[in-house]
Amino acid sequence: MSQPAYHPVLDPAVAPPFPDAALPVLRNPQLRKNVAHAIDVIQTKRGRLVEEKADWQALRTAAAAIRTQALENLGAYLEEFEARCTAAGGVVHWAADAEGARRIILELLREENASEVIKIKTMTAAEIQLNPHLEAAGVKVFETDLAEIILQLGGDEPSHIVVPALHVNRSQVREIFARRMGIENLSDDPQALTAAARSYLRQKFLSVPTAIGGANFLIAETGSVAVVESEGNGRMCLTLPRTLITLAGIEKVLPRYQDLEVMLQVLARSATGERMNPYTSLWTGVTPGDGPQRFHIVLLDNGRSQILARQTERQTLRCIRCAACMNACPVYRQTGGHAYGSIYPGPIGAILTPQLMQMHHAQSLPYASSLCGACYEVCPVKINIPEVLIELRSQVTDQERKQLRRIFDPMYLGLRVANLLFSRAWLFHAAQRLGRMALGWFTGKDGWIHSLPGAGEKWTQTRDLRGMPKQTFHAWWAARRNAGGKEAR
Amino acid sequence: MIYYSTSRLMFILRVMAMRASLFITCYNDTLFPETGRAVVALLERLGVELDFNSRQTCCGQMHANTGFRAESFSQAKRFIRQYQDVEVVVIPSSSCVAMIRDQYPGLVHELGNASLRSELDALLPRVYELSEFLTDRLRVEDVGAYFPHRVTYHASCHGLRSLQLGDRPARLLAKVRGLDLVPLANLDRCCGFGGTFSVKNGEVSSAMLAAKLQDIVVTGAEFCTALDNSCLMHLGGALHRQFVGMRTIHMAEILASTEAVPAEAIA
Repeated sequence: MSQPAYHPVLDPAVAPPFPDAALPVLRNPQLRKNVAHAIDVIQTKRGRLVEEKADWQALRTAAAAIRTQALENLGAYLEEFEARCTAAGGVVHWAADAEGARRIILELLREENASEVIKIKTMTAAEIQLNPHLEAAGVKVFETDLAEIILQLGGDEPSHIVVPALHVNRSQVREIFARRMGIENLSDDPQALTAAARSYLRQKFLSVPTAIGGANFLIAETGSVAVVESEGNGRMCLTLPRTLITLAGIEKVLPRYQDLEVMLQVLARSATGERMNPYTSLWTGVTPGDGPQRFHIVLLDNGRSQILARQTERQTLRCIRCAACMNACPVYRQTGGHAYGSIYPGPIGAILTPQLMQMHHAQSLPYASSLCGACYEVCPVKINIPEVLIELRSQVTDQERKQLRRIFDPMYLGLRVANLLFSRAWLFHAAQRLGRMALGWFTGKDGWIHSLPGAGEKWTQTRDLRGMPKQTFHAWWAARRNAGGKEAR
Repeated sequence: MIYYSTSRLMFILRVMAMRASLFITCYNDTLFPETGRAVVALLERLGVELDFNSRQTCCGQMHANTGFRAESFSQAKRFIRQYQDVEVVVIPSSSCVAMIRDQYPGLVHELGNASLRSELDALLPRVYELSEFLTDRLRVEDVGAYFPHRVTYHASCHGLRSLQLGDRPARLLAKVRGLDLVPLANLDRCCGFGGTFSVKNGEVSSAMLAAKLQDIVVTGAEFCTALDNSCLMHLGGALHRQFVGMRTIHMAEILASTEAVPAEAIA
């Protein structure tokens, strides 16, 4: 019963358009309640912690400046990172795309003779769809992040980048654990659920010698990697196995170690509403006798350098994956993450996904926003998401308007006609008269329109529309002036 | 003998010889002419001399936000050329002002020439949203309005985040005699209009609208007001559909309303 009634598709190349994918969620009261509740909890905590920080806006400015500096000299910082990491005993690999990264990781696993891996939550691995490829190659993957375990065991997909199982509630978790771990009489008490997960995980931590993880930050100055998390399961993966493979997008680099001072402050407050996240792991290459003795890091481009080349869109790469934008987004609040058809949902997903996917899925994602600006307001690295959304929309429009079948598309036709009307006042005024006549057909005796055909139906399915008044403002103004001034009304 | 306080005198001096040009916006002209009439009644009552260029059409927001950059630029150019010589432009729509302030510079930088750029730079500081014009330029909060009703204020996203209107609307409403202002919960949450979003994503937009209506209905207000008729068209359409018994009204109409000429007479 707690199995989702539909299976979300998070591959942008094949996912249904956003408005269609949103429909089953909008009709699912349990899912919407879970999403709204979880978001309210995080938002309240975040709001409190941002308020207590008198220098919050200065911190945002500093964080944006650090990320901008890193991106403006990305090549140099990456080379610096590679040199330091290599000197410390790490092995750096470069992957141009998802396929390249998967191939490198599979080869590394073959060298290790690994038939099983434990995994730290990493959105970058999900971006390259690593798990299904590993499974197909005969490698069993065990997620160790609590939320990822819930999703993996429940056959579900992540709907949020920080809290992937945000759409699942406690009793649903109980059902999944009881069924998949074979525990009878499991209660939905959080302690009992955590204990069940712990005993499931302990065996994996102690028996699987290879781990795959991601990175929150790469430090150019020292060649260090930083992972921040809440549970400590990540730290288990980072310390217990013999071999650690880290996958990281090339944009994750920070120039200096000291930059963490700013970044860790804004990340924890924005992501989970905490002053400091419980576990911050930092390591540099390999330390003999301590932790994994083999460390590989795969640096993934996968479209990022193309984003970097574009002036308006470049800011997308400042993202530190805190998810504050989706928590603040009134659209995400209604739809949750699955509707975005991508591992990256919410406002950041709406701009990141099409850009990473060569504008696949771009026809609907950049439009999945009312441009209310709540995302920009909370973004700790000041990504002007509405500005990028509009930029992507114009790219889509520029592309689509060349297509023959768009000539009679109501939206394209309508906007082209509107442009003509707005360029000449007399045409605009004539169109107002025509429009009044046309709308008159649909206007009821009460002066309101209750039903419209075509695209207008999308409006009147839930709202009325007041009929067009008899006199426009400009006609009133002209009549008043002709009547001799202010008195005429 | 007429007694004027110093501040009253200062106000009269500020307003005297103030000429403002009204940009009514395309949808107010077509669908909400009563808002325009109210702006005229209000500003003339305060002594502002008003101008209206009947060749005006649209600021280009709909085209810009739908991705029709070239078209929105041609409307931006038209706007800049039409208003370059006026003293101030007053616009009773926060999203159109946001369009002009946030998007014109980028459009003109990309598609315009140097002279258009300098015309825009000179024009931008003279463009005012209605409540800004009252509180910042005329420096008036008590506009002498009378509106004996229970009212809740909806903060349009563009007014809230782009224009940073802050407490300007509340300060203006607080001075309206007879008005009982009820605060609206989740004031910073979008109503789901978003222009073509309301049609392209009709169902998601409706879900956002439903959530907003819940907050609005519990205020028990008779009127829901805002500084943007686009949000009000969205909210008002649903209030009417559901027979909620609450009406939407642009703030200009509340501020224009007096004992002698109530809002209904202007509408």
